Amino acid sequence: MSLKAFHIVFIAASALLSLGFGAWALADGGALSITAAAVAFSLAAALAVYGRRFLKKVARTGYIAGGRL
Amino acid sequence: MQIPFTVAPRPDTGVNNAKLGVWLFLASEVMLFGGLFSAYIFLRIGAPEWPGMVGGHAYERASDILNVPLATLNTMVLIGSSVTMVMSWASLAMQRFDRYRLYMGATIALGFVFLVVKAFEYGEKFSHGYLPAENNFLAIYFVLTGLHGLHVIGGILVNMYFMWPGARMWKTDPKRFTNRIEIAGLYWHFVDLVWIFLFPTIYLL
Repeated sequence: MSLKAFHIVFIAASALLSLGFGAWALADGGALSITAAAVAFSLAAALAVYGRRFLKKVARTGYIAGGRL
Repeated sequence: MQIPFTVAPRPDTGVNNAKLGVWLFLASEVMLFGGLFSAYIFLRIGAPEWPGMVGGHAYERASDILNVPLATLNTMVLIGSSVTMVMSWASLAMQRFDRYRLYMGATIALGFVFLVVKAFEYGEKFSHGYLPAENNFLAIYFVLTGLHGLHVIGGILVNMYFMWPGARMWKTDPKRFTNRIEIAGLYWHFVDLVWIFLFPTIYLL
């Protein structure tokens, strides 16, 4: 597995962690926890967007793609 | 003497020797951390209460003892460092050595930020007398996070080598140097991924 493939796996795992952390914070309750959950869900969305853009770049540019993932 | 297959893939394995080597090394690391995660699971299953008695108080949740905001900050720091690491490698692939320096410097800096935050977290525990000998929870917490911290230090040292003395290879053999950064990036991503598993396991569950 190349670095670019491992990076995609890592970003996917990070996005899942952010979602999980958001759910944990919501279950915890409290005003601060709701803020933490909002930040976590936002981070998960940002990571998903970044991961999608990275994947597109992998597919588009030769130096990133370089044949196989 | 020319060392073969430092960049080009070997016909029999389909990858170059450096990549095969780092993945074999990472496989051994999976076994190391996997063993410790298994120890954590069995300690937790066998414990009547978790995290249990710490400093004379009975705690029901790890998040009541550990500093979740600091650990969350560290998680974001490591996610950011993985992005800068992959950008440093991509910069070399684009023949942009100046940008490589920038991104690799950011990766090293973020690694140090992680360690400083971790030191604050450890300091907080030590000031309360929360030491590994206190109970099984703190023992496995210090072992897992301490071992991970040592891996971060190792990664920073490797990255610092490639930032300064090792960067001379860029002038003589740029393809091989780019490949070395990819190998270092694989290790760095593995260390970051361990934290992605460690954070929810130790701090949240």
